Amino acid sequence: MDFLDLNFVWISLSALLIAIPCSLVGVFLVLRKMAMLGDAISHAVLPGIVIAYYFSDSYQSIPMLLGAASVGLLCTYLIETFNKVGRLQEDASIGVTYTWLFALGVVMISFMNDNVDLDQDCVLYGEIAYVPLDTLSIFGALIPRAVVNGSFLTTLIALLLIVGFKGFKLTTFDPVYATAIGISITFWHYLLMGMVSTVTILSFESIGAILVLAFLVIPPAIAYLLTNRLMSMIYLSMVFSLVAVILGYILAYKINSSISGAIASILALEFLVVFIGLQIFKILRRRATKVSYSN
Amino acid sequence: MEKESIIEAHDLTVSYDKKPVLWDVDFKLPAGLLTGVIGPNGAGKSTLLKTLMGILKPDSGYVKLFGNKLDEVRKKVSYVPQRESVDWDFPASALDVVLMGLYAQKGLFKRINKADREWAMYCLEQLGMQDYKNRQISQLSGGQQQRVFLARSLAQNASLYLMDEPFAGVDATTEKSIIDLLQKMKNDGKSIVVVHHDLQSVNEYFDWLLMVNTRLVASGPTSEVFTQELLEETYGGKLSILSQMAHILKNLEIGRKEHEKI
Ligand SMILES: Nc1ncnc2c1ncn2[C@@H]1O[C@H](COP(=O)(O)OP(=O)(O)OP(=O)(O)O)[C@@H](O)[C@H]1O
Ligand SMILES: [Mg+2]
Repeated sequence: MDFLDLNFVWISLSALLIAIPCSLVGVFLVLRKMAMLGDAISHAVLPGIVIAYYFSDSYQSIPMLLGAASVGLLCTYLIETFNKVGRLQEDASIGVTYTWLFALGVVMISFMNDNVDLDQDCVLYGEIAYVPLDTLSIFGALIPRAVVNGSFLTTLIALLLIVGFKGFKLTTFDPVYATAIGISITFWHYLLMGMVSTVTILSFESIGAILVLAFLVIPPAIAYLLTNRLMSMIYLSMVFSLVAVILGYILAYKINSSISGAIASILALEFLVVFIGLQIFKILRRRATKVSYSN
Repeated sequence: MEKESIIEAHDLTVSYDKKPVLWDVDFKLPAGLLTGVIGPNGAGKSTLLKTLMGILKPDSGYVKLFGNKLDEVRKKVSYVPQRESVDWDFPASALDVVLMGLYAQKGLFKRINKADREWAMYCLEQLGMQDYKNRQISQLSGGQQQRVFLARSLAQNASLYLMDEPFAGVDATTEKSIIDLLQKMKNDGKSIVVVHHDLQSVNEYFDWLLMVNTRLVASGPTSEVFTQELLEETYGGKLSILSQMAHILKNLEIGRKEHEKI
């Protein structure tokens, strides 16, 4: 079997259709210095997922989406309340909130384990290798469900971001000024967190919570190092996601490892290469200016 | 009849964590003036501006702008936050930031068109920043960042401007050109309120003064309230400032006398 077969197309396409919406919301998470909030939400939605799964018996359905999204927002709300009302530091509020929500989800899973096909491994690492097996028939063509869902997710997030671009930009850069001109920063904050929750929920089954988080944070972080334009930051983080998906799949194929793990490793490698490359570039440039001074 | 008042603050009390930082502040500000807000660090000057802008909710009392509730007149009011209030590493250019000033009038969902860009460029030019339009904001000096903030406020084309320390970190030449701009805006009928720290220039810059130290010590024409007694009350027993003040007031007096001689 060659890795450039249909499996490759479907698996990498489904990963990409998660990576792109993740990068889109991730750029604003990183700029708001809220990467850890993304981490918290991606874990905290677990009880919502379990409850919804219990009632609807399927991973990806509307009740599932709503259930998990509302737990995601609840998590955001609790963190804000502990932080603002209780005067607990933000990082401590995040730590307190998502660990117990995640733990609750894990306990719920172990209680339901007998009759429910949902386990911790799946939640954390996903099962992207099985993506091509679970298909839907669309206009007579058999398309993996993950690809269909991913297309929906990508369209939804891209649309929200295009329509709300100025709102996200302004409330991220200068929330005080935004309030002064009558824009609700609370609305934009919860909208973004709602988007993070949705991305997480729709993605975790195929790629798992860890890779979701990697996609949310690493590509925007790499792009942030490389550019000082918001639009190029968005484009660059999509490019880095794309490269990681393709190289990650190839790597997993060659060494016969987990696809999610390989993609996450490539993301980390990309970050390291860019980071070290930039440091070397800086040193070389400094040396070049020194040489030109001494001449 | 009394001149129309542009800001009315009625018995404002504002606190953080139940600790009041503004106490029973009550004043009316006539329209069309350049007003200075002075007081020591921590006096509540920024808090006062934020409360006037509705960013902070007062424990008691209320604010009227143009005789209306804030929400009805928000578009006509522009606010310049203290420069340190934002992260200047944000990936945006000077022009991007100035364009944000247009969101107040246009809303968040209308496209920015060519005329908007030209208007934003004009505002940058007013502050001598046109050559920096594409510069990333972290690569601007503190004074240049301050001017970008002012240009954004200008772009909003408001009638009332509330500015929190627009002269902080700005060199003397720039300060002069900014104050000239503010005078020009005043002559165009705008009202401007400026939090200011340099007591040396108070008399020269402002028509009206709000002197704040948790309580409102004085609100009135600069010529009437900029006195040793009220300054002492505003700045408490802070020796260095008081001796500095004595010096300034003496100079003023000498200036006035010489003026009378001529
Ligand atoms: N977010 C906050 N939480 C708690 N206390 C605050 C907060 N912001 C300001 N304060 C306190 O309120 C008081 C007034 O602060 P404010 O910023 O209005 O002073 P200021 O007159 O603008 O001072 P400065 O000249 O230093 O800018 C200070 O004692 C400050 O410590
Ligand atoms: Mg202040």
